[in-house]
Amino acid sequence: MSDKHETQGMYPEPAFDRGGDGGDGAAAPIASLRASRRQFIKGVIASGAAVSGAGVLIGCSGGDGGASAGGVERMIRLMVNGVERTVDVLPNETLAMTLRYKLNLTGTKLGCDRGECGACTVLIDDVASYGCSMLTHSIRAKAITTIEGLEGADGSLHAVQQAMIDELGPQCGFCTPGQVMSAVALLRSNPNPTRDQVRMALSGNLCRCGAYDNYTNAVMRAAQNAAQNI
Amino acid sequence: MADFDLIGKDFTPPDIRAKVTGTARYAEDFRADGMLFCKLLTSPIPHARVTGLDTSEVEAMPGVMGILRASEVTPVQAPQETILTDEPLFVGQPILAVAAVDEATAAAAVERLEQLIKYEVLDFTVDPLESLFPGSKNARTDGNVAGFGQMQDVKWTAQDFAAAGDGRLPEGQATTEWSYGDVDAAFEAADLVLDETFVTQGISHHSMEPRSCMAYWQNGKCYLHASCQSQSFPLADAARMVGLEDHRDLVFIAEYCGGGFGSKGAAYPIMAVPALMSRKLNNRPVMMRISRHEEYYLGSARHGFQGRIRMGFRGDGKLTAADLFIIQENGPNQGFSDYTSAAEAVSIVYTPGAMRFRGIPVMTNTPPRGPQRGPGQNQIATAIEPLLDKAARQLGVDPLEIRKLNAPDSRWQYGPRQSGLTSAYLREALDRGAEMFNYAERVTRNGERNGSKVRAVGVGTAYHSAGFRGADGLVVLTPEGRLNIHTGVGNLGTYSHTSTARVVAEFLKCDWESCTVVRGDSSRHLPWTWGQFGSNTSFTTTRSNYAAAMDAVHKLKEIAAMDLGGEVDEFEIGDHRVYKREQPDQFLTYAQVAQRAIELGGRFSGEEVPDMLNDVTKAAAAGVAGTGLVGVAQDQLGGAATVPALAAGFIEIELDVETGKYEILDYVGVSDCGTVMHPMGLATQIKGGAVMGIGLAGYERHIYDPQNGLPGNVNLLDSKLPSYLDVPATMQTAAVEIGDPDNPVGAKGMGEPVQGCAAAALLCAISEALGGHVFNRVPVMPDMIVNAASGREPSHQPLQVNTA
Repeated sequence: MSDKHETQGMYPEPAFDRGGDGGDGAAAPIASLRASRRQFIKGVIASGAAVSGAGVLIGCSGGDGGASAGGVERMIRLMVNGVERTVDVLPNETLAMTLRYKLNLTGTKLGCDRGECGACTVLIDDVASYGCSMLTHSIRAKAITTIEGLEGADGSLHAVQQAMIDELGPQCGFCTPGQVMSAVALLRSNPNPTRDQVRMALSGNLCRCGAYDNYTNAVMRAAQNAAQNI
Repeated sequence: MADFDLIGKDFTPPDIRAKVTGTARYAEDFRADGMLFCKLLTSPIPHARVTGLDTSEVEAMPGVMGILRASEVTPVQAPQETILTDEPLFVGQPILAVAAVDEATAAAAVERLEQLIKYEVLDFTVDPLESLFPGSKNARTDGNVAGFGQMQDVKWTAQDFAAAGDGRLPEGQATTEWSYGDVDAAFEAADLVLDETFVTQGISHHSMEPRSCMAYWQNGKCYLHASCQSQSFPLADAARMVGLEDHRDLVFIAEYCGGGFGSKGAAYPIMAVPALMSRKLNNRPVMMRISRHEEYYLGSARHGFQGRIRMGFRGDGKLTAADLFIIQENGPNQGFSDYTSAAEAVSIVYTPGAMRFRGIPVMTNTPPRGPQRGPGQNQIATAIEPLLDKAARQLGVDPLEIRKLNAPDSRWQYGPRQSGLTSAYLREALDRGAEMFNYAERVTRNGERNGSKVRAVGVGTAYHSAGFRGADGLVVLTPEGRLNIHTGVGNLGTYSHTSTARVVAEFLKCDWESCTVVRGDSSRHLPWTWGQFGSNTSFTTTRSNYAAAMDAVHKLKEIAAMDLGGEVDEFEIGDHRVYKREQPDQFLTYAQVAQRAIELGGRFSGEEVPDMLNDVTKAAAAGVAGTGLVGVAQDQLGGAATVPALAAGFIEIELDVETGKYEILDYVGVSDCGTVMHPMGLATQIKGGAVMGIGLAGYERHIYDPQNGLPGNVNLLDSKLPSYLDVPATMQTAAVEIGDPDNPVGAKGMGEPVQGCAAAALLCAISEALGGHVFNRVPVMPDMIVNAASGREPSHQPLQVNTA
């Protein structure tokens, strides 16, 4: 098994043609992240790729990715889990694919790859966001937090993670990283939520096992535990 | 109940930390050097034959490494599901696969092939009843009916259809039929007879993890990272599908599985594609990512029913006669036994004194069908339970009382062979639930209005068998003093791999901290057990693990008797020691005995094993032989009766008759699962089952366009699953907790009926809110509710299927 996936020989040479709608979005307010679906689609169209039912694809065929109209710089710096990473990113590449296939952060799951299930939820500047539905190029200069970034340096779990264990939150566990990330985002903006606020905040994360009650209990417990620790 | 140290206590599952930290690796999370990606070319037509395809242009595309065609894959016997085919039988069926250096190149190659491929369009159907009309079209060129039998071409007569009349299911030739008791006489004597035609829907499984898969070959072995509910059970079939004669040459890795619900219980055809492609391409690793769209087509679906039931009741509400006819929407392949299971469930849950069943599985050009949580039993619960309420209403009996009156007890004998049950406590489950739910008071509020909103309660019951026999167990006591519990149980999210492993620690009296559950990868020497389906694991694997533990206990005592003198039965175990009962200071530690077992060899250290063991277990035992004291045995504990899991659900809703929307105010679920193995695990299964039941009753369904045979709701947006906001804010759970006599710890399975009882309870509550209106169709969509509440005709025909 190899972890050498930050850059792969299979990709065409980076292009340095800046512009296009992907942009670096450095000044974009957090609120705009919530309504980025249109930007996302415009970005994909500008890069010459099609949004297909198969999802946005890994790699780039025939070397047209960087050179087409609206192409953007490919070697970009990302701030992921507090560490700056330089990554070769295609113009039409989603954050979920960059995380999973370039940075080997496979805790971010793909359940639908089209903004329906929430398994790919990550934090962008502390806001819960679907990693499958944003272009990596659009989030340069923002802080990305994935499930792998929650543990303390000493290996201690985040309060939400510990509560998920204590309340037997996960069943199959596939949606769990997304559920955890949505919960962390909620508690950062609202440390003392009601049960209904938890359900609302996590309602973008589907769970086919139906572990909603346990997940809700876990978030309530995490909030209580955090409050007691203050 | 017996007093256990570990069984019945909560524990922290060994795999849960990886699930909350993202380090759990599912099939698509693995990488290998030189990994290629493959994509599938799938059929855009419901039934067609590939008549021409020149692949040379695509093979020459830069980055394309190879194309795998149907002629190159392991053949199957019709009507089993193919791996790849040149005669696709449903939209989305894989025709070929292309491997390339990256996924975009593979996708571009598939896109070009889609332009080049030529099809002959063949007949199709998406309505089973329609395929029984005289002269109608068949889903397959070799017939329209199969199930587990031979392909047949069955057409009913015009007289059959005319005899039924409008809106009633015609009852022509059936391919399965059984009866018991004098059915005609029982109907003759009945005080009330209902004759109802119903439809239950097909539903995609929609597991959150699409069945992505990665495989490669190394030194003659195939390494397969699969998304699979089960671990040891699929091994033989998966090996055969990737072209191996010996399952020991397959390394099957399924440590985590992102949900299956029956669709990943056994080896499934598409799982073989990366391995076959890898073999073709000089063993290079191949990743096949399955998209959500592809998962809809390949991820299996629940069988739908077009059915009719006559039910004869005595004046007090006792069901005395039942006559059930089911046309099973079978999909294009062999399918599963839902329709026969449904009939058995009627015989068990409602205990009719006389019953007849007729059924026929009819093929359609829709996604392949397989078992989905409570396959058959849960569909029939959604059809029958509202009818039970209809009868109760006409007879002036309370809905709870009619269920208690008809519920089976442990002496009930069901079905055509009058089979026995190991233990059945549905009445007790209903009593327990009624108390927790405060049913007596809540039922008096039925019909209370608040503006356009009506309150109503519903009760539901359901059944599934809950255990098999004859699996194997394998445990190793090591010279380091540890207990390694090897299990072939897969990881489908129930934590049963560990709750059943704790049986070994219980009977070897080991501290749980000194135990390791070894699982998740066939190269870790895992014994054979049944798959993680059919609610069987808690019963099956407690028995086989108990057998292995007892084998280890006996060997401990044998070695102690050998070394310390005396007879085997003079020895006891405890505190990680084997000692003389009368002289506790005469002892050997487990670690010492394990060392002695290695020295003694033979059966003590697993070098000799019983011949009756499954080949998978023999290979596993050979792998651990010589590493300690090996306990290995097959469950020979006996018994033949059906192990029933029964469940009861209570629900209260507030339904808005103007919009058809309802709020679920409360839910109580009670399981008759014998001894509770893992209280938190049980609770989350009951609640999760209820969530799936809400979708089954309320909105999940297939939609097919009858004119073109095209699906209408492939993705999750159009095929809505229950979310946080669709289910009650809190739910309560309980268990009857009366042990099963056929299990060494009293355990039975429970995972499936907890869905059916919730779905039934919700449907009954909706009908109650509408003053007893029965839809005879699931799901009950809001437009159906609004039509019913306002006295309008429904927007579909009674037997129409796959409706929007």
